[in-house]
Parts: sequence; structure tokens; C-alpha cells
Amino acid sequence: MDTTAAATLATDRDGGTLRFPADQPLRLDSGATLAPLEIAYKTYGTLNAARSNAVLVCHALTGDQHVASTHPVTGKPGWWTRVVGPGLPLDPERYFIICSNVIGGCMGSTGPSSIDPKTGQPYGLAFPVITIADMVRAQAMLIDALGIETLFSVVGVSMGGMQVLQWAADFPQRLFSAVCIAAAPRHSAQNIAFHEVGRQAIMADPDWRGGGYELEGVRPEKGLAVARMAAHITYLSEPALQRKFGRELQRDGLSWGFDADFQVESYLRHQGTSFVDRFDANSYLYITRALDYFDLAGSYGGVLAQAFAPARHVRFCVLSFSSDWLYSTAESRHIVRALNAAGCRASFVEIATDKGHDALFLDEPQLDSALRGFLASAAHLRGVA
Amino acid sequence: MSALREDFKEILRLVRPGSRVLDVGCGEGDLLEILTREKAVDGQGLEISHEGVSACLARGLAVVQGDADRDLDHFPTKAFDYAILSQTLQAMRDPRHVLAELLRIAERAVVSLPNFGHWRIRLDLLTKGRMPETRALPEPWWSTPNIHLCTLRDFTSLCDELELRIDACAALADGKPARPIEAGRPIENWRAESAIFLLSRRGAPELAATVKATLFD
Repeated sequence: MDTTAAATLATDRDGGTLRFPADQPLRLDSGATLAPLEIAYKTYGTLNAARSNAVLVCHALTGDQHVASTHPVTGKPGWWTRVVGPGLPLDPERYFIICSNVIGGCMGSTGPSSIDPKTGQPYGLAFPVITIADMVRAQAMLIDALGIETLFSVVGVSMGGMQVLQWAADFPQRLFSAVCIAAAPRHSAQNIAFHEVGRQAIMADPDWRGGGYELEGVRPEKGLAVARMAAHITYLSEPALQRKFGRELQRDGLSWGFDADFQVESYLRHQGTSFVDRFDANSYLYITRALDYFDLAGSYGGVLAQAFAPARHVRFCVLSFSSDWLYSTAESRHIVRALNAAGCRASFVEIATDKGHDALFLDEPQLDSALRGFLASAAHLRGVA
Repeated sequence: MSALREDFKEILRLVRPGSRVLDVGCGEGDLLEILTREKAVDGQGLEISHEGVSACLARGLAVVQGDADRDLDHFPTKAFDYAILSQTLQAMRDPRHVLAELLRIAERAVVSLPNFGHWRIRLDLLTKGRMPETRALPEPWWSTPNIHLCTLRDFTSLCDELELRIDACAALADGKPARPIEAGRPIENWRAESAIFLLSRRGAPELAATVKATLFD
């Protein structure tokens, strides 16, 4: 609890930025340290007197702490307003919901665009390579500072789901339940390959400037947009893409050139250009790298069940989407089998949808009812009213 | 309780309060919910259908979507006190393996199954020469999920082969109270429409005589 005393909270009731002084660095898997450390976060609801109703929500690759509040850059609603809110499965009336920007991110937590204390300039590529475990360690520092010993639940989607698994492996005693949605226990060759395309697109942009673009007042927007376009394809299923766009044209007739003739091209270009307004290219490099390095079983002799062995008291819920080919049902089954083998109590359902990985953020009543049922029964056991 | 399936009533009677229970093929979780409510068991279900698992989750039950033929292998040895397989063994691709697995991962297994040796089935086949359709097995041969039907005698001999011990057995018939039977008696292979077994591995500690006497009574 020493951290609590010394860390400064620039905070209002609903979150803020937690600043750890230089003598409380975040120790990274790479051996490097990160200091001073800042963690930007949002909270919803109230911590109860028993401090037993805290839920940490872990965001996806390009998500942030604005899970259920208007995004300050885009002005759009939070990324999971379908799940977090009054009357919804994660109800602030019942739970104290915390969501923090991952380290390496670009929405207020320490990342490559933060100032490097050694130089007084943005880190750029001097920022250390981070891992999923590093992100989780930083989250644990935040939870400490908020005075929470045990989380009622840690709920994560996509990359956030990997953080959930890491939480179970690294801090099992601090969890009562855990929900891992559309994630995987490791990054596959195909996952890494797609990320490499994105990184190469960024680094091939002349405005990337070896990662030092901020100093030169430019941004590798074209590269970052292409990275987003490639990644976005992996979030959609083939049938969903076909249904949405087919071969529909933007205008009457072909342009006989390289304008966006097809609606799907125009859609992807829009996804790319709108993304660069809210995301930092170097953050994209660092976070995709953290994902690629993720292989939870790797630290446990290749046996995933070993990672979960100390988490036998934790109640797990694993959810996947049938048409998700980024982190497929097979990956979730792999997690569930390891949980069973470790003797953990696990629930698992594959939600039938043709919307691909993106189903996470879309209207999926089965997801809502599964989450609601799981959390409500866990809350009952935990005595959270 | 009147609407409760007869085999559920028997299972409810058999299971020790507070024990760890795996319900294989738990459907929408009816049995697990009753066991949780009435016996405070630490329950886990395994169910193949989306609909079933979603319903279970919505009811707050711990259930894994999976296939008993494949997914039992991933549970550790003696993870449960009881494994329950209610009227499902005959629908498994490899019932022998499933039965052996049940008694690897649990101390005891409660297995109920329709008896293909029942006199009405034998008569049906003898007189009509067609696959019997009965109350317990209502579907035609081409759509039935029951691909590995057996008689009581077949089942007891499989138990023998797998070195399993039948701790108790009762005959079940729709709407009638369970009737304790000696599973090996040939007459029961004619009389029982369906049967429920409490099984353990040979060499596992015997049930106390007092407990045994009350089973299925």
C-alpha cells in the first residue's frame, strides 16, 4: 500500500490519471523499467464498503478507458455501452467498474508519445518493448492505488481477454471471477503475420521518420491508415462483408481507375482515415508487438493448464464467436480445456453469429444473457447485492 | 415435485449435499439447478448445444459447451464426486470410452439409460419386424440420436468388462416411482423400461450398508 501514499492521483470522481513517482517504476518483462508511470482510467459506479464489487474491464488493441463514456477525441459513445451501463450486464448501480488505458497506449497512459525523462522529448522508439504481462502489472498498481485488494471480476475482450488470462496466472489471489471474450492463449503465426503487415505499412510511410515523427511535426497517417485497413478485415467475417457490401459500387459505373469504386473500398478507407485521428502510430507498433509476444503457456513449460493451476478458486467464463477467425472458437476451447485440466470452474459458450470478431461490439443478445447470468450468479456467491 | 422426471428424483436422492457434480449432457440445466438449489452442490455442466449452454449461463450455472465424446478427456482424474449421465449414453459415439472416462474423473457415476431388452421392444421387433418406437425411444430409426442402444444385460456386462461396480440400480418407468432392482436378473431385462445405475470403480470404498439400503427406496 506504500504506492497509494506516494502516487499522486489527478482524479475526479469518475477517474483521471494516476502518476507514480520515478522511484516507483513499472518493472517490465524485457528487464527495462518505466518511470515515471502514468495510468489514465475511468470509473463508473461506487466501491462498496466491503470493497467487494470492483470490476476491471480490459480493452482491445485500439480501445481505451472510455468504455461507457463519450470519447474525448471522436465524440462517439464509449466502446462498450451495450454492456456497461444502468440495467446492463455491467451495471454501475451494482458494480464499481474500472477501465484503464493500457501502457503503451495513447489515451493518457505512459506510451511512446509520452515524454522520456532522459531526453525531455517524446520516447518514440526509445520506449521499451512491453508485454501483456506488463500491461497487467500496471493495472495491478492502479488497483492497489484505488485501495482494492480483490477484484470481483476482470472482464476483457480480444487483447483484453489475454490480459484476463494473464491476471489469472499472475494475480489469482486478487480475483473472484474472470471473463475472457474472443481471445486466445497465444498469438498464432497468422495473427503475427497480419500485425507485421500493419507495422510494415507504418514504417514504410516516409512520415514515420524512424519513429521520431512527433519531433518533426508530422504523422505517418497513410501508413497507420493502411495498418488499420488490413487489421479491420480480420475483424469481419467473409459473409458479413459480403452481406454489407457485396460488389456494390460507390457511383454508377466503374471509374476505370483506382478511385474507391467499390463500397467496400470506400468503407475500409474511411476506417483507416478516421482511425488516425484517434490513434498513435508508435502505440500501434508497441501494442501489436505485445500481442505477438503473448504466449501464456510459454512461461509454464508449454503447458497452459499450469498457468491456471493457482487460480482454481476463480470462476471463469470464456466466450467466443462462431464466425471469429481472428481469435477463433478453437482458441477459446484450448483455454477452456486448460482450465478444466487445472481443475478450475469454467463456463464456456460459442455464440452463434456471422459477424466475426466485431460481434464483440455489436448487438448479440446471447452475449448479453451469458454475461448477465454469469456475473449475477458470481455476484450472488460473492454477496454483492 | 410432481413434474420432476423420475430419474431426476432418484439422482437428487443419491447425491451427497455439497458434493462436486459434473452433469454430462446437462441440456438447459434443469437437473443442475435442482441439485444446486436442493443439495448445494458445486455443479459443472457439459452440453453440446448453443441453446442449452446459453440457457444454463443465463441461469447462472457453470457450463462448458463441448462434446462428451471428446471433452471428458481434458478433465483431471477425480475432479468430481459424481458424474451424471442422464439418458444420454446411448447417443454417444463411443459409450465405452465415455463410461470409462466418467469413472476416471469422478468417484461415482450416476447413469440412466433406456433398456432395449424391454418386452415391448422385443415384441414390437418380433411382430412388426421394424425398429421399435416407444415412449422412451419415440423417434424413427433414421432420425434418432440414439445410435448405441443396449439392453440391461449389455450394460452390466460392459460394466464388468470395465471393472466397474454397480452399487445400486433401479428400474424407471414414466410416472411411476423408481423400483430398486438386481440389475443382473434376467427378468429385469424384460421388465425395466429404463434403468438408473450408481457406479463406482471396483476397489473403491463400498457405500456404508445403511446408505446402500436406502438407495432407490
